[in-house]
Amino acid sequence: MLVLSGIAIVILGFALRLNPLVVVGVAGFVTGIAGGLSPTGVIETFGRAFAENRYVGIVWLVLPVIGLLERAGLRERVQALISAMRVVTTARVLLSYLLLRQITAALGLNALFGQAQMVRPLIAPMAEAAEERLGPIETATRMEIRAYAAATDNIGLFFGEDAFVAIGSVLLMKGFLEQSGYVVTPVSLARWAIPPAIFAFLIHGTRLLLLGRRLKRARMAVS
Amino acid sequence: MIKLEHVYILTGLMFAVFAVGRALDRKGPRRWSSTAFWGTYAVSFLAGSHLPDLANGIILIVLVVLAARGLAPAPNSVPIAARRAAAKSNGNRLFVPALAIPIVVLLGTLFAKYLRIGAVPLIDPAYATLISLACAVLVALALGYGLLRVPPLSPLHEGRRLMEAVGWAAVLPQTLASLGALFAAAGVGRVIGQLVTNAIPMTSGLVAVIAYTVGMALFTMIMGNAFAAFPVMTAGIGLPLIVVRFGGDPVIMSALGMLSGFCGTLMTPMAANFNIVPAALLELPDRNSVIKVQIPTALAQFVAITALMAVCVYGA
Repeated sequence: MLVLSGIAIVILGFALRLNPLVVVGVAGFVTGIAGGLSPTGVIETFGRAFAENRYVGIVWLVLPVIGLLERAGLRERVQALISAMRVVTTARVLLSYLLLRQITAALGLNALFGQAQMVRPLIAPMAEAAEERLGPIETATRMEIRAYAAATDNIGLFFGEDAFVAIGSVLLMKGFLEQSGYVVTPVSLARWAIPPAIFAFLIHGTRLLLLGRRLKRARMAVS
Repeated sequence: MIKLEHVYILTGLMFAVFAVGRALDRKGPRRWSSTAFWGTYAVSFLAGSHLPDLANGIILIVLVVLAARGLAPAPNSVPIAARRAAAKSNGNRLFVPALAIPIVVLLGTLFAKYLRIGAVPLIDPAYATLISLACAVLVALALGYGLLRVPPLSPLHEGRRLMEAVGWAAVLPQTLASLGALFAAAGVGRVIGQLVTNAIPMTSGLVAVIAYTVGMALFTMIMGNAFAAFPVMTAGIGLPLIVVRFGGDPVIMSALGMLSGFCGTLMTPMAANFNIVPAALLELPDRNSVIKVQIPTALAQFVAITALMAVCVYGA
């Protein structure tokens, strides 16, 4: 039971809005000690895992390119283009991206798009510009549109990728079931990811349309 | 052969340049804390594979302490008038480097295995996507310099500005993954699995399904990762109850169980790379705002997946 104290620290730390990096560090230390490791053992386990997981940080390599493009006027160019397109609305931008993200992820191309390389330089500016075309927008609205853009990327990824047979989670399930004595094919597992993919498109798509309607109502109220 | 290690060195060099840039930038407070933070992260990328575990652990502690002391705020961006003028002169050529990134990643992921020098693959096939991403960045940078009119050092200045806007959150996903390793070493999963199985009376197949999907979502929220939750919940509830006792189908149970875990991922700050980092990257003042947008979708999706499992897992 004592090993669960790390979880309590994490929940408490996030609830109190302490610096998450510090919370996670302390939680790891406490969990390791409670699990019977020596202080040096904890630091070693932490350090080994930190070095092994450096691949998570590779995505930051994209930032100099994004920086260059934004300095060269990418966001402003997106705005100029979008403001000339009358059919483009915030909801339609995000709905199209949701579909594109789900389909490419289902084809195994889950690294094709993402928050750093797609949402920040293109999708969020497009979604913002589509609303800005119709009049000035408040900062809170702009932030909400950005948050929806980020959420749409995650939801499209999560409920697309499992329909691909060679994705990590499908292989994990196959491996675990095999260890437990159930031999299954990746195809049969991936097939059952398709109905949830459709649910996700319908549910989040509806919410994007509702966002569009809410933005419209806010515009009407201002004008 | 191009290996993951080469990409680590490239990433480390980038962080080293950011650290130098921060040291030379005299504006703003906490200049040296930030220099030390990005410099230490650079050391982790450059030398992490060769350092002993203890040294890597000390690197992590240094990063945490510097983050707790606070880092320098990101420098201001270039005035909008300058960017508008640049946008006008660069026009649609701006999209070429931007779209080159996904295209090169796509080509690399699909065709890397065919690129060979003699019998040796050019790109380590195990990490084709990550190495392709690094190549894509270099291609996009070259295209950017070739096609666009920009100040020559702008990738360094503007890249550092974006990185400093993300701040310590940049290191959080990696730290959380390491916390997962400590949880595993201490046997946290096993204890939680026992708790759940002992706490809920599993009297019917429906109760077992609900306990399994709720357990997947909650445990994923705690661990920040459905992969960690799946073996624990499936060994604790899924296989012994849904499959063995009530005769459910292991394929349907696993596939939908994993996805109910993904609903949990959408609702937790522990899944920092999906939920916290994008908020920082998009410069949102509330770092939980992406999670707040995701919660309604995640809950509705969770109910739909649980219902689908309840209807289908015992044979329709």
